[in-house]
Amino acid sequence: MRSEKSNRAPFGLKIAAAAGLAFMHLPILLIFLYAFTTEEKSYQFPPPGLTTQWFAVAWSRPDVWAALTLSVKVASIATAFALVLGTLCAAAVSQTRFFGRETISLLVILPIALPGIITGIALRSAFSIAEIPFSFWTIVLGHATFCIVVVYNNAVARFRRISGSLIEASMDLGADGFQTFRYVILPNIGTALLAGGMLAFALSFDEVIVTTFTAGQQSTLPIWMLEELIRPRQRPVTNVVAMVVVIVTFLPILGAYYLTRDGDQIAGASK
Amino acid sequence: MTTAVLFDNVSRHFGAIRAVDRVNLAIAEGEFFAMLGPSGSGKTTCLRLLAGFEQPTGGHIEIFGETAEGVPPYRRSVNTVFQDYALFPHLSILENVAYGLMVKGIGREERRKAAEDALAMVKLPGYGGRRPGQLSGGQRQRVALARALVNKPKVLLLDEPLGALDLKLREQMQEELKSLQKSLGITFVFVTHDQGEALSMADRLAVFNDGRIQQLGTPEEVYNRPRTRFVADFVGSSNVLSAKLCQALGLNAAFASLRPEAVAIAPPMNGALSLSGTVASHSFLGATNRIVVDVGVDGARIAVASPAARGAPAIGSPVTLSFAAHDLHPMEDA
Repeated sequence: MRSEKSNRAPFGLKIAAAAGLAFMHLPILLIFLYAFTTEEKSYQFPPPGLTTQWFAVAWSRPDVWAALTLSVKVASIATAFALVLGTLCAAAVSQTRFFGRETISLLVILPIALPGIITGIALRSAFSIAEIPFSFWTIVLGHATFCIVVVYNNAVARFRRISGSLIEASMDLGADGFQTFRYVILPNIGTALLAGGMLAFALSFDEVIVTTFTAGQQSTLPIWMLEELIRPRQRPVTNVVAMVVVIVTFLPILGAYYLTRDGDQIAGASK
Repeated sequence: MTTAVLFDNVSRHFGAIRAVDRVNLAIAEGEFFAMLGPSGSGKTTCLRLLAGFEQPTGGHIEIFGETAEGVPPYRRSVNTVFQDYALFPHLSILENVAYGLMVKGIGREERRKAAEDALAMVKLPGYGGRRPGQLSGGQRQRVALARALVNKPKVLLLDEPLGALDLKLREQMQEELKSLQKSLGITFVFVTHDQGEALSMADRLAVFNDGRIQQLGTPEEVYNRPRTRFVADFVGSSNVLSAKLCQALGLNAAFASLRPEAVAIAPPMNGALSLSGTVASHSFLGATNRIVVDVGVDGARIAVASPAARGAPAIGSPVTLSFAAHDLHPMEDA
């Protein structure tokens, strides 16, 4: 326990911290503000007037819905792939010893270390050599390459904390492989998978670079936004969509935060 | 008497390492059997072969007459108390104990009752609602015991279960385990590196070294008549007499063992053997004095456990040691 005195930060540090946080978050408020502006061609400050008409406009535009649906579908399926493959890979690397284990670990992590543009170009040339037409599934495949990494990293850290004898104890008490996974492994890695899955979903949801190389004519939400900014018409619609995305993603992140916090408490109590 | 566990020429090799090498063993039903040996001697691998976590690379294992090779751990009628207890941290104590019944599909109410009975048996009634993290080491050990016994195993395997406990608690648990085993009548196979524990608890024990059984017998047999030099060293602290010293005493053997408490500092009487030498050192051990005597053959030293009440002779003083001929046991060189 620290003493009360050393807990108190100097005034200058408090100002600096507040300024840092403001610098990060005020631009987001600006996005929110422009969602209500009456000026549709340029972002002038302060807005000449406020209106809620862009919400109705955004709601009735089919291209918004198409992009949003595509992004949600891609992110969900890429995350689902990542959860299954990332968990299996983490289990193999952390619970067993085999030839080339370290190499596999490195190769799995590599896609997130590589610049997205390289992954994108590589996938695009591979797809064209294999004559795979660009489609929904090529986007999913591109996203899965880096989604797996996040799930894997989260899961492997948690797997290392599960003592091998827990799994043996479960088997010893009569549980087969599936029961052991269901009753012992999953409860112990659940919060790690949730956190990894959330992060994977978020990464896929705002991915631009790999998507531009692996998508055909389809636009995911971030690519739609990028295109929209170039067009000097109904610009605040982009801001409305951005605002909705922030609010919709904020809720699950908050939920995941509370869930993993509880998980840490349980893990901490047994130490 | 039914044979609970049978090892027929069982080996478990890991590449060039022979963790278990041609082990033959028969454990009777209801027996409290200890596997004693230093770390890396193969005793834990033998236990894991029984539990099903390892498969033998040679030989044959039977558990109550049924072939054990190829049978996965979850289809064996044995349960294990793990060295680190391996309690499930995400489950309550009651859920931990009821786990085996839960995966077998036994109803909620029935398994709750069985788990509570098992907790009462290990003297932890009412602890069901707690988490493993909230219990002390000794309590966790009891939970691990209850969790294994609630499944009514035919053989209970215990892997150094008392290793993590402090001395006082260990002695208490030794007695409790022993009486629990007698009242339940279940075959216990107990792995330990503590020779005192093995001698005081087991009906019979096997002494392991380098993957092989060095000696198999009752605690009295193993303690009094060690078959090899390793057993003499490891179990208790026997004097090991060299061939030359044996010859001087009229015994033709490569080695012989002599228990410190079998030797008296006194002139020999009616046919007893004797050696003379000078006192090299002595130390006070409470009930006895440990007196080390230099006997002047091959630089050999004989330790004597002499009752403390007799006092200890001064260092350098000449003494005569005497012991009965039947206390000198010839041994194989191994």
